[in-house]
Order: sequence, then structure tokens, then C-alpha cells
Amino acid sequence: MSSLTKADLAEALFNELGLNKREAKEFVELFFEKIREALERGEPVKLSGFGNFGLRNKNPRPGRNPKTGEEIPISARRVVTFRASHKLKERVEQNAGSRRQP
Amino acid sequence: MTKSELIQLLAAKQPQLDYRDVELAVKELLEQLSTALASGKRIEVRGFGSFSLHYRPPRVGRNPKTGDTVQVPDKHVPHFKPGKELRERVDD
Repeated sequence: MSSLTKADLAEALFNELGLNKREAKEFVELFFEKIREALERGEPVKLSGFGNFGLRNKNPRPGRNPKTGEEIPISARRVVTFRASHKLKERVEQNAGSRRQP
Repeated sequence: MTKSELIQLLAAKQPQLDYRDVELAVKELLEQLSTALASGKRIEVRGFGSFSLHYRPPRVGRNPKTGDTVQVPDKHVPHFKPGKELRERVDD
């Protein structure tokens, strides 16, 4: 099953809402850019019914190159986290029956 | 930032669209993302990140109040992996 991409999202705006192709493509681009900008400012993004994007500060820790075994320090960093909403988790579970793994 | 604040920001950037259309477009995008995940489809947005489902095998859990053991069935949970651009911009 192929992935959903920005092109598919733009196609949906064209088909379902009648935005023209250029507007649809631009809108999809801007949608993700505004979320990136908020996270870049350190602001969590709460999209009710879908999920929340948050930020976490990670302390530095010793790491290792798994291939060579060489020790390399991992610096302190800020990372994005995502928590799916209950609604999304429920929708995923309701549809999960058909693709249960062994 | 909430969904309605996102809608306001997008409406300000796209003055040729009615506010109502911006609202519908944001809802449509979130609906497309949710439907894809619900049907087990991956989502890949270059520069933003990818969404996929992670499988959680069944396990024996405990009711923290009573201490009783309970069977927790297997499940799929949505997972987000930030893309390179987002990782770099958030961690400047």
C-alpha cells in the first residue's frame, strides 16, 4: 500500500473543495509550514480530533555508533513528540481487526 | 497553537480564500490524514515527517488499583517521526 503524500492531500482539496491545483498545492505546503513555525517557536500544536505535537528537551547522553562500536556523545537537544488524540486512536483500533499481525 | 489559531494564520496568508473555505480545507486535510492512518496507510511529508502505525503485542497488565492481572489485547498505535528539516529547525 503506497503512502499518502502532499500530492494526495492537494488532490483532495482540489476534488472535495474545488480549490484550483495551484492553490491546493500552496495550501498544503503552508499548512505544514505553519505547524513547523509554531514548533520552531517552542509552541505546542493542538489539533483537536487528530493529536498534539509537543516539544521535549533531551539531556546529553553517551551514544555509540552501532556499526563500529565507537563511542560518540549525543548533545542536548529539543525534539518534537506526537500524541494521537483518543478519537484517532479509536479510529485506528476500529479498523485494525483486518490487519492483525501474527 | 490550536486548530482555530492555525486556521486564522492560514486565512491571513490566503486572502483570496473565504475564511469558511480555509476552515473546511484544514478539516479536510486532518480528515485525510486520519483516514489514511485508520486504514493502515503510512503518511510521508518531506521536510515535516512521517506517520505510521506501530504494533503493540498483547500483554498481561495489572489494574493499578486492585492489583488484579488483566489481559491487554494487541493494538496498533499512531506514531510520528519528525523529518530532517523539522528536526533541525526545532533544535537550533
